Parts: sequence; C-alpha cells; structure tokens
Amino acid sequence: MFELIGVAPQALFGQLLLGLINGAFYALLSLGLAVIFGLMNVINFTHGAQYMMGAFASWMLLQYLGIPYWGALVLAPILVGATGIVIERLFISRLYHLDHLYGLLLTFGLALIIEGLFRQQYGSSGLPYTNPIPGGTNLGFMFLPYYRAWVIVFSLVVCFGTWFMIEKTKLGSYLRAATERPDLVQAFGINVPRMITLTYGFGVGLAALAGVLAAPIYSVNPVMGANLIIVVFAVVVIGGMGSILGSIVTGFGLGIVEGLTKVFYPEASNTVIFIIMAIVLMLRPQGLFGTPR
Amino acid sequence: MEARKNRDLLVFAGFVALGLVAPLAVYPLFLMKVLCFALFACAFNLLIGYVGLLSFGHAMFFGFAAYVSGYSVKVLGWPTEVGILAGVAVAAALGLVAGAIAIRRQGIYFAMVTLALAQMVYFFCVQAKFTGGEDGIQAIPRRPLLGLLPITNDFVFYYVVLAIFCAGFLIIWRTIHSPFGQVLKAIRENEARAISLGYAVDRFKLIAFVLSAALAGLAGATKAIVFQLASLTDVAWQMSGEVVLMTLVGGMGTVFGPVVGAGIIITMQNYLAGFGEWVLVIQGGIFVVTVLLFRRGVVGEIMALAQYLRRGGKSAAAGPSSPAVAQGQPAE
Repeated sequence: MFELIGVAPQALFGQLLLGLINGAFYALLSLGLAVIFGLMNVINFTHGAQYMMGAFASWMLLQYLGIPYWGALVLAPILVGATGIVIERLFISRLYHLDHLYGLLLTFGLALIIEGLFRQQYGSSGLPYTNPIPGGTNLGFMFLPYYRAWVIVFSLVVCFGTWFMIEKTKLGSYLRAATERPDLVQAFGINVPRMITLTYGFGVGLAALAGVLAAPIYSVNPVMGANLIIVVFAVVVIGGMGSILGSIVTGFGLGIVEGLTKVFYPEASNTVIFIIMAIVLMLRPQGLFGTPR
Repeated sequence: MEARKNRDLLVFAGFVALGLVAPLAVYPLFLMKVLCFALFACAFNLLIGYVGLLSFGHAMFFGFAAYVSGYSVKVLGWPTEVGILAGVAVAAALGLVAGAIAIRRQGIYFAMVTLALAQMVYFFCVQAKFTGGEDGIQAIPRRPLLGLLPITNDFVFYYVVLAIFCAGFLIIWRTIHSPFGQVLKAIRENEARAISLGYAVDRFKLIAFVLSAALAGLAGATKAIVFQLASLTDVAWQMSGEVVLMTLVGGMGTVFGPVVGAGIIITMQNYLAGFGEWVLVIQGGIFVVTVLLFRRGVVGEIMALAQYLRRGGKSAAAGPSSPAVAQGQPAE
C-alpha cells in the first residue's frame, strides 16, 4: 500500500468521496439558485428549507404511505416543486416590480416559517432513513458504498440534463431569451409569467431532489438546510451565476476541496469555502464563471 | 430640511425623556436589552437605509465584540469601560476586513457575501479556545464603571446604557446629516452617477461599513456586560436575521424606525418565550407580512400617513421623506 504525504489512502479517498457527495449537493442547489435567479432576479433563501422538505417528503412517503426510495425520488421533487409553485404565485410574484432585496427578505421569512413548522412537528433531532442500496465494493485502495456511487452518478446526470435542457433545447432557448428580455419574449406570444412560475417550481424541485438523495446519507433533520444554504451562497458567489456549467463545476470542485481540507487541515474544513470566497472576491469579483458588468 | 431636523431632535428628546422615566414602570434589565438591540438595529440601518447595502452578517460584529469585551473583562481583568472599547475596536477592525471584501459586490451578492463572512466568523468562534465553545463566556463581572459607578445595580446601569445608546444614536444622526451622509445617500440613489461625479464610492462605502460595524460592536459589547454572557447565539446567522427584521418592521431608512422595531421584536420575544419553535414561525410570518403589505415599516407608514393628511388627503404618494429603499429603486 502506498502512503500519500503521511495520510492513509483509505482516509484520503474516503474524504474525497464525501467531498464529491457534498459537491453534488452544492452543484444541485446552486444550479437551482442560478436558474431561479437568472429568470426572476430573486435569490431564493427558501432553497435550504426546500432541500430539507425534499428529505422530509421522502421520509413521509415511506413512513405514512409505504412508498420506497425510488418512488420518492420521483414524487418528492414533484410535491415540493408544487409547493414552490404555490409560494411563487401567492407571494414572490407580488415583488417583481420591487428591489431584489425584498425577494431575499421574503424568502428568508418563508424559510423561517417552514423550518419552524418542521421543528415544531418533528423536533431538531434527526430521523433515520434506511439506505436503499446497502453494501459496497472494495476497489483496492478504498471501500466504495454503492449508494454513494449512485448519488454521484445520478446527480451528474441530473446536472448535465439540466444543462442540456437550458442550453440545447427549444424550451431552454425561450428560457434564456426571457432572462435577457422578458418583455420581447412576451410580445412573441410566450406566456412569460407562467414560464417564471414553472421555472421556480423546477428550481425548487432540484433542491428537493438533493434532499431526497441526502436523506439516506445524513439523517432527516429540520435544520439540515439552514447551514447548507449559507455555504451554497458562498459557492454561488465563487462561481458567479452567469453560467450553468460554471455552477456544476464550482459545486463539485469546492466539495472536493472541502474534502481534502478535512484530511490535511481539519480545523479549516468548515471555513475553507468562505476563505476561497474572500480570495476570489479580491481577485475576480464577478466570480470564476461570471461576466463582469 | 431644517424643519425636519428640528422635528427629529424633538422626537429624540421625547424618546430620551421616555427613557429616563421608563425604569419606573418596566424592568431595567428588559429596557437595557431593548436599548442594546435598538443601537444594533440603528447601526445596521445606517447601511441599508442610507447607503442601500443589505448586510446579512451583522451578527459577526455584535457577537464578536461581545466575546472580546467579555473575555477582556472576565479573563484579562480589564475595567468595564476598557473592555467595551476593546470590543468596539475589534469590531471596527473586523468591519474593515469584511467591508473591504464585501463592497466588491453590490446588491444581492453583497448580502450573500456578508452572510458567508459572518458564518466564517461563527465557525471560528465555535472552534477558538477563548470563546468557551458551546458554553460561551459566562458570569462576566460588572465592575464599577470608571472605578466609581456601581453598575451591579440595574437601575444605575440602565442609565449608563441609555447614555451609551444616546451617544451611538447621535453619532449616526450626525453622520447622516453631514456632507458625508449626503454622499452616502447619493450612492444609494445612483451609484454610477456618484462615481461619474468623482466620488471615491468604495471608500465612502467602506467608511460607512466600518462605522456601522463599530456601533454594532458597541451594542454587542454592552449587551455582554449587561447579561454577563457572550455566547454563540450572539454571533449566529439567526441574530443577523433578527436585526434585519427589527429594522424592516420599524422602517428601513427612517431615523427612529430601528428603535421602534427593536422595541416591538424584543417585547414580542419576551411574551412568546414559552412558545418554543413557534417564535421562529411568527418571526418568519412578520417578515412575509411586512415585505408584502407595509414595506415602509411602522415609522415609515406613520410618516407617509402624516404627509398624506398634511396634503389634505389628496395624494398618497410618498414624498422625499419616505425611505427610497421602500420604493424599489434598482439595486444593480
């Protein structure tokens, strides 16, 4: 067995794998944030709460209706996305003519409400969710649990599927056009308000999907989204919200960096992403993939 | 303009008079809490109301200054007033660093960057030795102020806190009515124009940010001595959210709004203390209702109403006295 700078390869690759998984969540969440921000100019502070709702939805589907993980993987994002559509219609749609900051404040308030309700109902200790694909395989240099491999592969597929839909399809071209000039697109007979509503639902659905994927790895917990969303904000600032591909690369990349920090300098593992954010802001304020204004 | 300044001073005198007699009716400890948070909210309001910068990380100054003053008074044995000043100085230094990073982005990004920086400070406080981790710094002694004022007596200490609040408030009031404050407002209204007029916009923003951080630190340092406690609650993101809520409810960009907002939110928390997680739900609800229905906040709405009545009920349109933030000028 080889030794890497005094670190056992088992620990190194184990943390690398965990980093990749965190990176998958960062990518899925920042992707949703970027899609929503692109079209609506709203930073969705509720995103963390909606990720948590996704995890809870899969737990509830199993607990109350007996629907297994694979059903929840489809149903939970649709259900949570539908609540997102209701939220957009009831609240957020009233703020489009105002300063963007009000969207941030509103969604922050909504996040507090959702988190408070779940804490009231389920307490703040976690609920367990059984791993749907137990077991794993020994790769020689590390042990690879099947479920973690599945999370990485599946989230990559979802990320690139989203990228393909937005960059390469007709629907995506409408979306991109509406991001630039909603008034003109509307004049061409496309129902932009409905498109905005559905886009918000889609972004929320992505957050919920990340929640479903997270449920078997981390325990299902009302506060699981609150701290994660702040890290995702930093990820978004580092990457810049200009490009879909940029969000994906930054998300996975920062997850790996965080994993490596856990191995080599664990004290900084909580803060490394924020430090990177500060450095990026000093050197390239618009973000790695952002366009300067 | 002059008339409004005089009216503001009159209202301020009224507040001070109310503050002087308040401990006869209400517990001084509760009043001191209100005053500390009112000062915190005023400091926050200096940025959002007069420069148009939404900081979502002001807890880092409030909480970190609380730790510094608590540590220097309890562990290092410094006098109370030096401990508080140390908290202010460290908060200002932290504000200089955080501000230099955060002002590189505007609008929504500024909010996200400040939030992320505050989270970094939070994790630092969780891990650092001197903060006492989950326990925080407890039983911070209340040494006689300047060696003679017995602040162990809540009544005496209350008047000291009132004086600290008034000093902080007057510094802010002086700032926003100075030529410097006028430039800040110009930046809020139209940053590109201010740049084209030759103002070093970033320097103005940074000075305002440091001032706001220092005053938030003054509030936090005082709070630590009042409650004899500095803990992770003071530096967590929920605290940043609370100060946003206070200012929003009271009225962003109004001089007295943050004071009123702090009074409302602290009173509410006092009454709802036994309701557990519902406090979170109710606070979120207030956020939503305020943003949707009365963005000008309590004080802003009262001012708009007064203006409406003065015009003989002809026009409800908000005049120059209403906060520009509430009218939705583009952020970027």
